[in-house]
Amino acid sequence: MLELEARAEPSRLMSWASPLLAVVLMLAGGMAVFAALGKDPVEGFRVFFLNPVKDLYALSELLLKATPLMLCAIGLAIGFRANVWNIGAEGQFMLGAVAATGVALYFGDSESALVLPAMVLAGAAGGAAWAAIPALLRTRFNANEILVSLMLVYVAQLFVSWLVFGPWKDPDGFNFPQTRMFAEAATLPMVIEGTRLHFGFAIALAALVAGYAFMNRSHAGFRMRVAGEAADAARYAGFSAARMIWLGLLLGGAAAGLAGMGEVAGPMGQLTDKVASGYGFAAIIVAFVGRLNAFGILLASLLMALLYIGGEQAQQYLNLPNSISMVFQGMLLFFLLGADVFIHYRLRLRRRGA
Amino acid sequence: MPIPPSLSTQQPDPASAPARLVLQGIGKVYPTVVANDDVGLTVRAGEIRAILGENGAGKSTLMKIIYGVTRPSSGRMFWEGQEIEVESPAHARGLGIGMVFQHFSLFETLTVVENVALALPGKPALDELAQRIVEVSERYGLPVDPRRHIHALSVGERQRVEIIRCLLQDPRLLIMDEPTSVLTPQAVRKLFETLRRLADEGCAILYISHKLDEIRELCHTATVLRGGKVTGECIPAQETTQSMARLMIGKELPRCEHDAPQAGGEVRLRLAGLSHASDDPFGTDLRDLHLDVHAGEIVGIAGVSGNGQQELLRVISGEEPLAEKFPVQICGVEAGRLSPGRRRRLGMAFVPEERLGRGAVPTMSLADNALLTAAHNQGMVATGFLRFGRARAFARRCIDEFNVKCGGPAAAAKSLSGGNLQKFIVGREILQAPRLLVCAQPTWGVDVGAAAFIRQQIIDLRKRGCAVLVISEELDELFEICDRIAVIAKGRLSPVRAASDTSIEDIGVWMSGLWPGAEGTADALPATETAHA
Repeated sequence: MLELEARAEPSRLMSWASPLLAVVLMLAGGMAVFAALGKDPVEGFRVFFLNPVKDLYALSELLLKATPLMLCAIGLAIGFRANVWNIGAEGQFMLGAVAATGVALYFGDSESALVLPAMVLAGAAGGAAWAAIPALLRTRFNANEILVSLMLVYVAQLFVSWLVFGPWKDPDGFNFPQTRMFAEAATLPMVIEGTRLHFGFAIALAALVAGYAFMNRSHAGFRMRVAGEAADAARYAGFSAARMIWLGLLLGGAAAGLAGMGEVAGPMGQLTDKVASGYGFAAIIVAFVGRLNAFGILLASLLMALLYIGGEQAQQYLNLPNSISMVFQGMLLFFLLGADVFIHYRLRLRRRGA
Repeated sequence: MPIPPSLSTQQPDPASAPARLVLQGIGKVYPTVVANDDVGLTVRAGEIRAILGENGAGKSTLMKIIYGVTRPSSGRMFWEGQEIEVESPAHARGLGIGMVFQHFSLFETLTVVENVALALPGKPALDELAQRIVEVSERYGLPVDPRRHIHALSVGERQRVEIIRCLLQDPRLLIMDEPTSVLTPQAVRKLFETLRRLADEGCAILYISHKLDEIRELCHTATVLRGGKVTGECIPAQETTQSMARLMIGKELPRCEHDAPQAGGEVRLRLAGLSHASDDPFGTDLRDLHLDVHAGEIVGIAGVSGNGQQELLRVISGEEPLAEKFPVQICGVEAGRLSPGRRRRLGMAFVPEERLGRGAVPTMSLADNALLTAAHNQGMVATGFLRFGRARAFARRCIDEFNVKCGGPAAAAKSLSGGNLQKFIVGREILQAPRLLVCAQPTWGVDVGAAAFIRQQIIDLRKRGCAVLVISEELDELFEICDRIAVIAKGRLSPVRAASDTSIEDIGVWMSGLWPGAEGTADALPATETAHA
């Protein structure tokens, strides 16, 4: 008889192998789905997983897609480690985009080299300010930050819509809900010429390094990890719970705001009502698939970007609905949670009555 | 088997009255440790048998096997002559086996009466059950309010619930796992009366303990375990404490050295009319506490758990800051509103009652746990970043100087036994050279050798001029190490007496709130606690 037996220690090997196992199982499951839909599984695999990495341009698109995911996820991971559950990165992303857009529109056609740095600061500040609302309500009135941050996403969406349908609407834009295109000085430079991969990618990589240093090397990060692992121990050690909540939400909000800034100053070049497109929510999955760890988040954001782009490819070349990428995301999470069981347990063959 | 032939386990004989429970060759192997190895045991109707052994000797595992919590890897069990396999605690209860756990198995979010109801077959009426709980609790001197939620109860009160829950089921075999550590001496005596009455009525009792005096007073027979094996059986009444200690730990019982108290040290901790209303509706309000702890002395606070100890400790440590500054003064500073970190920087160190989850983060390494309270004091932080080398070196020092048995500074806190983790935490606090050390239950559930070691370290710290406050429910411990002793009862503090001028009996009486000059001595006490006075 097979049975699960608790391991004496959680397996370090399995905690890294489990995401890989989940990816392999997702691929196998995906091939089965292609076969069941009457598509050639090998062709499906090629379109879904190889097309997005087939040449430099495809790769740059993949990295472009991964950039906001990386930024949002590393910010969220810092809070999640301290049990600060910021679910509203999507809204903080939008407010970051709004603040950066405000700066870009204010400077108009200015060619000053200070416009972009000001937009970066404004983006981070906008996201952090939006995250400060749940932080304030949580520390002052003990309002649940999960609900407050989530509900603020919808407020942010309506705010963005009001702006682009109203005061910020491009007067020459044929009534489309969008702002003017940003000037050259308000647009992020490209990392690789001839692609859309902009400088925000470098910012995201820097954020990953900073996130790693903060979480693993700094005293503040240590305090947050203690708060997440054992709240009573944090209280005993004298780590202020309120500071933890503020720090977790503000850093998460700032990172998401930066990501929003990168979108409007990068591939979009303007603010529209479709600015967020789910990055803030997908980043929650990225953070957990990446084990709330900077290197893991790097890999997980690439994987998640691959699923997005693979889904688009499958739509174009295989006539499959776009929801195919959601199916893959779902399978990934499902298999990951399943494989995670083996971090704490192992399978053993046991004779009955032994 | 190393059992003397005259006492060895006999084959169950169904013709004559069979023993209530017989174990033969019981073994239990965990992935990393052999908890029980070829253990044999017999207990008869009306017999109180001690299971004697240090922490980690395999007592609790053996009892869990009997109670159906875990299955043995090998061996046979006979219940009243029939070979059985106990499949679950419910099955065990059905057979008539009751158990009071050392680590409580209660649902925190439910009330006392709901927890008791869960252990009973069927769906008992809660009102009626609450009445029975009150009756049993009054009869056995175990006061507890059946409507209270478990999470609001202290450790001692939770244990009372466990005991009451078992007694309600009229067990035929009762297993008691270290039941007396949170009772007043008078309540221990009452419990012993209860247990003797139960035994006279024909109940068999397995009594797990490492307290040798108790075992000699109560138990008819004893089985001694060491390292998962039976190392001997004896009749406790015919043994000395020393001879049983040798069987249990393989060497003489260690004693603490304690020299005369030093007088005239400065005041390091002053409680100046400390009053504090508990946030918890079931908590104890602290009322007008006055206490001075001087450099170079150990002051003990005795009391039955749930009388304000937790609240007092939180207020002293800063986990629960006050609205005013003056009621708590640490090393001359009015510290009532300071955070725990700020108080630590004044020279205070604190060993809390709970080790895992409060004194240490279970999943983190010992080096990380060194960072928990020693980061600033030991220079482990530079410009906001951690210096892991220093944390590891400090953890290594705690391990070496306090004989912590573990896999080194990288070992997770939860991989240590309770006694070793406690040695590590005490070491972490003492090695920071505090000016004031506050300890809660420093040796709760710690084996005899480690307990003596920890006490000696506390005494040595006093010798170096530190002020020490120990809050403990173990009177023997307080009398062993303290220079002066006070009692906390119902959130009030008794006068402080020199330990040499008082006795365990006196303090035991005070523990019910009856000290000379106590406010409202007669009416402030519940009937159950005054009953013995």
